[in-house]
Formats: sequence, structure tokens, C-alpha cells
Amino acid sequence: MSKGKFGVHGGQYIPETLMNAVIELEQAYNKYKNDPVFNEELQTLFNEYAGRPSLLYYAEHMTRDLGGAKIYLKREDLNHTGSHKINNVIGQMLLARKMGKTRVIAETGAGQHGVATATVAALMGMKCEIYMGETDTERQALNVYRMELLGAKVHPVTSGTKTLKDAVNETMREWTARIEDTHYVLGSVMGPHPFPTIVRDFQSVISREIKSQMLEKEGRLPDAVIACVGGGSNAMGAFYNFIDDNNVRLIGCEAAGRGVDTGLTAATISKGSLGIFHGMKSYFCQDEFGQIAPVYSISAGLDYPGIGPEHAHLHDIGRAEYVPVTDDEAVDAFEYLSRIEGIIPAIESAHAVAYAKKLAPTMPKDKIIVINISGRGDKDVAAIARYRGIDIHE
Amino acid sequence: MNRVERAFENGKAFIPFVTAGDPDLETTEAIILAMAEAGADLIEIGIPFSDPIAEGIVIQEADVRALKSGTTTDRVFDMVRSLRDKTDIPLAFMTYINPIFVYGCERFIKTSKECGIDAIIVPDLPFEEKEEISDICKKHDIRLISLVAPTSHERISDIARDAEGFVYVVSSLGVTGVRSEIKTDIAEMVSLIKQAKDIPCAVGFGISTPEQAAKMASLSDGAIVGSAVERIIEKYGRNSVQPVADYVRKMADAVHSL
Repeated sequence: MSKGKFGVHGGQYIPETLMNAVIELEQAYNKYKNDPVFNEELQTLFNEYAGRPSLLYYAEHMTRDLGGAKIYLKREDLNHTGSHKINNVIGQMLLARKMGKTRVIAETGAGQHGVATATVAALMGMKCEIYMGETDTERQALNVYRMELLGAKVHPVTSGTKTLKDAVNETMREWTARIEDTHYVLGSVMGPHPFPTIVRDFQSVISREIKSQMLEKEGRLPDAVIACVGGGSNAMGAFYNFIDDNNVRLIGCEAAGRGVDTGLTAATISKGSLGIFHGMKSYFCQDEFGQIAPVYSISAGLDYPGIGPEHAHLHDIGRAEYVPVTDDEAVDAFEYLSRIEGIIPAIESAHAVAYAKKLAPTMPKDKIIVINISGRGDKDVAAIARYRGIDIHE
Repeated sequence: MNRVERAFENGKAFIPFVTAGDPDLETTEAIILAMAEAGADLIEIGIPFSDPIAEGIVIQEADVRALKSGTTTDRVFDMVRSLRDKTDIPLAFMTYINPIFVYGCERFIKTSKECGIDAIIVPDLPFEEKEEISDICKKHDIRLISLVAPTSHERISDIARDAEGFVYVVSSLGVTGVRSEIKTDIAEMVSLIKQAKDIPCAVGFGISTPEQAAKMASLSDGAIVGSAVERIIEKYGRNSVQPVADYVRKMADAVHSL
């Protein structure tokens, strides 16, 4: 029987060699997810190590400048390691330790998930190997060095398009070769069950905090929550506790690259179709014969041809909206937030900022938008400079 | 009778694999005919996929070359139609679930049968998800081949009970590719399968030499070889028909001598 379905999406489409590993993971997760001791350890690491709760910041200048809805920023960029990725990594690695694993492997796109995994591996004394597309090792060279500094081994992946998709392929291949002592810390709400559920649950701390912080500051829920979507982990985390609050609009911003009609895009909901890949049924950018399409985005973290199965389901049932944002719009937003609020967002998160810039002026002043700033932009500064034609050395 | 059953009728089976369209479909067709002539008992035809996560580097690169040469699912079907006029050897497709699903499961399986395909192997469709195509395969008399891995343990009996055609015994952890040594207890896996169902078992992953093929076949009912064939094709390209035939003859002889 197929497991881990979100509507028609999800499932466990993986080689037989991995089946017992994901079953073992599911059993461990079910055992620990409501365990008070496990949850206390998790909360302690969230608070004492990752620096949670992250701030919910009222972006007064941006609000005034756009002249519409009131804008709050959920500051996941202030977490230790600089992004939301640490939430999931702490959770999965606590679980891996309980399962007796001594080694972790992970894929990374922009390098944020790889850095978070390498960091927690250092903290917990576990061996760590990271797979990263060769193209991404070049555009995010600083993060490669950070991971190595933290004691991880980084493998540049040279197959296929040499980006995030290929990094996932290679990490899955590596996992089939070494399961006994190794846990695959999957970085997004994707892959075979139980990963989409586990990652969502660990990331849902984001919307739990937004909810209580918003009630404290405004005495009510926001009208819209906006987040960028690649695989979709920060968005799922920011949406999850609002799914039943039907008055809260949930908006995922996909990377349109040069534009959804240019062929150089990674906007899966806009351009993709139903398929089965990386262990899950969901929407993918692909051709008529099911060959996965090369995708493109300036953002290495959103440069992925699929989307998590729960997002695909939220799209199907109309609970969440998914909108494309181009490279140009994201870069403009990257610079805009840096200047107007003194906050440099990750280029991934800048996609959400870009859409908020369009949406806020169309909303009355008594409405509230929350933008999830999933990561900080230090890692992107050199790439943005290059985009603007300025040659700086990292 | 489905042709797959015939593959195991006269003793141990030698099962070579070839990626369709590497370097082009004309060469693939000639290779398949030559392999049949050289003593293969069943031939696996790989439909190339952009992201073959169960494959090692040799077959990954074969898939890249095949896709680059313009190979599509429809063109592979055409090649099989043409083959079927010339040979009656059992044929299995090996591909990933996405090319099947996106083509339309019913349409894919029905067309496969019409072309003369007898079985299908889908490495990313485990027991839990086989309902995606299992009923359609039954309806069209295509054997959906089940895989058992060194990590399957207590799953083996459930998988074997539902298996049809033969069971593909994955010899080693990891992806496809040549290995110097196979350490898994194959005899134990085969025994667990046979306890659950009387069905032929063929061992694949890592086999390249006649000695390895003979050893694996002696512990089971056959040996499957993919990467070693693809390495020859990688080296000789359009001129690989003869060297592949020579290799397959050596391997098949080793397996048949048991």
C-alpha cells in the first residue's frame, strides 16, 4: 500500500535497497515525535543553539514606502547558520542519533542545507558528507569552504545539469551504497515518505512562532503569508499552522528565472506536469516523454525541477497560491530590502520579497502580510555583484 | 506462455542489458540481434532516463549518450517492432517509473505488449507502489519483475509471493556497475525467495567476468549483466556489435556450462 500521500501526490518511489531505511526512519519518527524527552531536547537545541524563536520584525520603512498592507518579516535569516535549514537538520539529526547512525549525508543547492548539516554534525560529533552540483560549488564557493571548515567532505556532482537535482540523485545513490550507519538528511519537504512529513513538522516551528508573535503584536492573524518555494521547506514551515485558517492567504513564490516562457525557468507549478521522481509523485518540469527538464534560476536553492508533494496538493485544492518571480525581480528585491530595512535577504527569500512588493500596494493599510525571510544574503553578495556587472573577488 | 518463462526452461539463463539508443537505435538493434545469436536467453532493453538514480556512472553516461542521439520512448517502441520481425528472444524493458507514468501507464504497457515486449523492470517502483502499473501489466500479459535487495530481509517473502516471471536479485548495495567482489549471501536470499514461491531468480549488479557470472548463476537461475556490456559500447560505439557478441558468447557459455 502506498504511504505518505497528499491527495494524489507523495508516496515512496525508490529502489528496493532503500525501502527498509525509510521504513526504519518512519518507525523511529513515530516513536519519538510525541516523546517528551525528544521534544525537550529539540526545543533546547532550537532555543540555545539555533537562537529560536526568530524575530517577527515590523518592516516599517517598507510598509510606508509601498503604501499598502502592513509588512512583517519572519527573520529565519537570524538563525544560527543563517537560514531556516537548521530547524530540520537539528530534528533529523537528533532522530538519526536515536537510530544509532554515526554518519550523515546530504544534498545541497545554495549550500545553506549543507552548511546546516555540517554544523550540526560538528556539534553532535557525526561524520558528514555533502553532495553539491559542480555549478553550485562555483556560484557558492564560500559555502563550500564553510562546510569544509566545519569538518564535512564536499563532493562536487558532475552528472546531469550539475545542480540541486543532480546533487539529490547522487546523495540517493550514495545512500543505497551505505545504509547501515548512515542517515540521509534530506533538506526539503520532498523525496519519499516519510521525508515530506518529517521535514514539514520540524519546519512548522516557523508558522507556530509567527502565529503566537502575531497574536501578541497585532491581536490577530495575518492576511497573507509569503515564502519562496524550491522544494518548499521554508514555505511549508511558514504555511503549515495556517492551513486551517482559511482567511490567511498562503502564497508560494517560484523561481521563474529569465521568465516562465523563456525555457530558462524553474517555476514548477507554472510550467510543470504530474510525474514521479525523487521518490514522490508531484509536479515536475519535464518533457512529453517524462525526461526531467534542465531548469534555471539565479538562485541555486530554488533551481530544482520539482516541488514537495504537500505543496502540489495545496495547489490542487486551491488552498495555496503559487506565483512566478523572475531573476530580475528577485535581484531588485534583494537590493531593495538591503537599502530600505538594512536587511540583506538570501536571493531565494528575495523572491518572496519581490512578490510582496507587488502585492502590498494592492491591499488596504489595515491588512497584514508576513514575508518569510528564509535566509540571509551574505552568501549571494558576490553573485549579485556579478549579475550587476561588478567583478569582486570573494 | 509468456516468453519470459521460456528463458529459464533450458537451465541457467544469461541476461544481458543494453541501453536503447547508445550510440544510436540502429546499432542497438544490431547489438540485440547479435546478443540473441551469441546465446543470451533474455535481453533487457533500457529506455534511457535523464536521472537514473539506481545506475552507476557507466549506465548514467550511456543514458546521456542515448538521449543525446535523439532516443525517445516512441522510437524505442519502433525499434522493438522491427526486432520482433527478426527474433523471438524474450525481451524486457528496463526503465524508471516517470517515463512510463508520463507516457500514460496504460498506453505504455499496451504499446509494449503490441511491440513484442514480455516483461518490464522498474527499479524505482518498490512493492508498496507497484499498484501504479501491476494490474495493467497483468491485463496485457506483461510480467512486472520484482527486485529483492541485500537490505530486503523480512520483506523478501512478501515480494516473492507476488512476483512473476523471475525475481531480480540485487547482488550488492549501491548502484549498478562492475565490482571486483560480491559479498552478499546470495544463496540465502535465493532460498528465502524460493521458500515463498517457486520462481526463477536471476542475480544482477556488479557482474562482469565469466567466473562471476558462473558463480552467481550457480547460486541462482541466472546472471544479469549491464554495465560491462555498456563499457564495450562506450569504447567501440557503432563498431561494438562484434565485440559485444564475443563478450556475450563467453558469458553465456560460462553460465550454460553449469
